[in-house]
Amino acid sequence: MYVATKGGERAIDAAHQWLAEERRGDPAIPELSVDQIREQMTLAVNRVMAEGSLYDPDLAGLAIKQARGDLIEAVFLLRAYRTTLPRFGASEPVDTGEMRITRRISATFKDAPGGQILGPTFDYTHRLLDFKLMAEGETPTAQQKPSDPVDAPHILSLLDRDGLMEPLEQTDATPADLTREPMSMPADRPLRLQALARGDEGFVLSMAYSTQRGYGRTHAFVGELRIGTCDVEMFVPELGFAIEIGEIELTECETVNQFTGSKTQPPQFTRGYGLVMGQSERKAISVSLVDRALRWDELGEDNVGAPAQDTEFVLYHCDNIQATGFLEHIKLPHYVDFQSELELIRKIRRAAETPMQEAAE
Amino acid sequence: MTDQAYNFAYLDEATKRMIRRALLKGLAIPGYQVPFASREMPMPYGWGTGGVQVTAACLTPEDTLKVIDQGADDTTNAVSIRKFFERTADVATTEATAEATVIQTRHRIPEVPLTEGQILVYQVPIPEPLRFLEPRESETRKMHALSEYGLMHVKLYEDIARHGAIATSYAYPVQVEGHYVMDPSPIPKFDNPKLGDNAAIQLFGAGREQRIYALPPYTRVVSLDFEDHPFEPTKADHSCDLCGAGDTYLDEVITDDQGSRMFVCSDTNYCVTRQAEAEAGAAQ
Repeated sequence: MYVATKGGERAIDAAHQWLAEERRGDPAIPELSVDQIREQMTLAVNRVMAEGSLYDPDLAGLAIKQARGDLIEAVFLLRAYRTTLPRFGASEPVDTGEMRITRRISATFKDAPGGQILGPTFDYTHRLLDFKLMAEGETPTAQQKPSDPVDAPHILSLLDRDGLMEPLEQTDATPADLTREPMSMPADRPLRLQALARGDEGFVLSMAYSTQRGYGRTHAFVGELRIGTCDVEMFVPELGFAIEIGEIELTECETVNQFTGSKTQPPQFTRGYGLVMGQSERKAISVSLVDRALRWDELGEDNVGAPAQDTEFVLYHCDNIQATGFLEHIKLPHYVDFQSELELIRKIRRAAETPMQEAAE
Repeated sequence: MTDQAYNFAYLDEATKRMIRRALLKGLAIPGYQVPFASREMPMPYGWGTGGVQVTAACLTPEDTLKVIDQGADDTTNAVSIRKFFERTADVATTEATAEATVIQTRHRIPEVPLTEGQILVYQVPIPEPLRFLEPRESETRKMHALSEYGLMHVKLYEDIARHGAIATSYAYPVQVEGHYVMDPSPIPKFDNPKLGDNAAIQLFGAGREQRIYALPPYTRVVSLDFEDHPFEPTKADHSCDLCGAGDTYLDEVITDDQGSRMFVCSDTNYCVTRQAEAEAGAAQ
């Protein structure tokens, strides 16, 4: 006999309890604290903040803990929380030229004012599992030496001075905010960069990679990659001036690409740009390549039909919260629609079988 | 008990106002997809975030809410959304279609005719009926503006040429007041005739795609078809095995591994009510 599927509510409650138990794991093992995640899973925290569009390492750590380490789920938790926060203003533009640098490299010049600073990077590590880390209690320390605050201008600005770089478009227009207004096409560059900055790291990486392999060639040099902290200032009308309200860590990448120019204009290098919250250089480089690929139209290049040249394709599919939601929703019940498909296919098959039977007789 | 940490019905008032503006615009231009700044909700995209935002913007403390998924009040996601509003808005909830002032639905229109003053909120995955014919939003918006729907008619014609019938059984496209072609959300085409001339306000929310559209009461809604292949709402050729109704949309339930089936109303409240009435009638 048919038993109606009552009890959805009890099933949900039970599933939540089981989930909570699984999240904790073996109770004999000490529980992870949010502080531990924030301090020791920093790059995961950074990714969750960047894609969650919310700079708060504590909340990102909490989200990672709650999500059992599923970073997209953690991003989702942060995004949903972000919805509930009141918006009381916007900061002044952050000056990345004034960044307190922890890492700064250029692939286009051997040296530049301000120097190359390798910083805490995996780049030249040998990827050998370090079994010593399985033992606890180790507190590594790095050599230190006092340094003078360095003046490190953007390296591309040095090329700019010689007229070799395409000039940056200067505008006082307030950029659109894709978290407050629906995305509209055609999307201008600020909107594209916003979408890419919170886009899925894997998706943006693959898009960038595809341009390197010939699907819309960008041929990028990393003019400069810098990581460090920047002050965030906000203009307070009651005071009449801007005050510092905090600092955030940023990763910025500027790429140099091949030329634009014409009969009347001498050739100039073109730019790709990526700015991401936290330390996330894979993402920042990827964003700058995709940014450059999406600029084909304004730079007078051919659209070769590459995915990374297609603004609608890139922007409508880079958001992992939208993507994972829509992808996973197909596990929700669809039996009403499936039933109408069943009726349809039975009807079409009946119609197809009748003439076949008649022909056989 | 309302969760005091959040505003009434979760969204802040400014967001609700933004959504209400989009709703009013949608009601003023029936079938037109109004872009709105959809927010990230605490349930995933695809779980009804558009519908939830529309419901949140419509709810008042005096409302009575009904939530259905696949026509049923007790499917897991319907339970989850109903709980969400019980928690954040503390509104009364019901399973009785006639008692509800706001009904949020996924994939069905209730069997009982709706009445004036009721609001039916649909959850919409892909609001653009032309999306699978033309993936570019910039193009489809132009096509709607120009009422350029030839592509859709060609698609329906090709279905007939290939299968002998229009091969769309749900999310069957409709034309609203002779202009906009609209996706009615993935309701079975059985429900399409209820879209037109309906006494209730019908609101459609697509969260991920950031679109809202609407049908004001008593709007003319026509399912696309051809003179020689008229639109035909279909259902399983059975009556409900529980309540005996012969005119409702049925779910097919597999009861064993020998090919046995039974057919039951997808609208559980309608079915249960009819069963109770039959029992009461028998007892008298």
